[in-house]
Amino acid sequence: MEKKQYESVIILTPVLSEKQMADAIAGYRQLITENDGEIVHEENWGLTKLAYPIQKKVTGFYHIFEFAGPADLVSKLELAYRRDEQVMRYLTISLNKHAVKYNERRRQGAFDKKEEPKTEAAS
Amino acid sequence: MSKRKSSKNYVFRNRPIERGKKYCRFKKSGIKYIDYKNPDFLLKFVNEQGKILPRRITGTSLKYQRKVAQAVKRARHIAVLPFVTDQLK
Repeated sequence: MEKKQYESVIILTPVLSEKQMADAIAGYRQLITENDGEIVHEENWGLTKLAYPIQKKVTGFYHIFEFAGPADLVSKLELAYRRDEQVMRYLTISLNKHAVKYNERRRQGAFDKKEEPKTEAAS
Repeated sequence: MSKRKSSKNYVFRNRPIERGKKYCRFKKSGIKYIDYKNPDFLLKFVNEQGKILPRRITGTSLKYQRKVAQAVKRARHIAVLPFVTDQLK
């Protein structure tokens, strides 16, 4: 089955302990790799302030999976998100070629604010 | 822009005075993908209440305005941008 690139952002409730958060994320990582998806990159913003309270909580634990996999992997993943009450909110999108190129450049630090001029940092 | 402001027309409207011709910054700087995860870039396209700025103010082309709108809506969904607020900037 042809593999497409996806990016999934999840927000976990801040109430969890460090260990529970790590377990939840490890569970999803394993779910992805089990259904022959392979994780390209993972990002962890940790505990950050939300722009508006979700479920009466003001902060959330952000985690971003960037993976390639068959199409049915996404529905399995989202089913798991829906079942898991630790996940307050999730967003999974498919990445087109521009998005994939952008993510690679972002990983190489092409957009760090320090040395990049304003317009370049905007892309 | 359809409404070319003719130079003879001195009617002062509260629209911001656009000196040069407005251009689409995405075409000019060759941006192809708008990331919904970094708020400081998206803040340029949102006004103080957190609402998306119209094309006539920002001058972006239709193709990229749709991408901006989608990115802002995604950012709002994952609580990176607020839906509505009083003083954003």
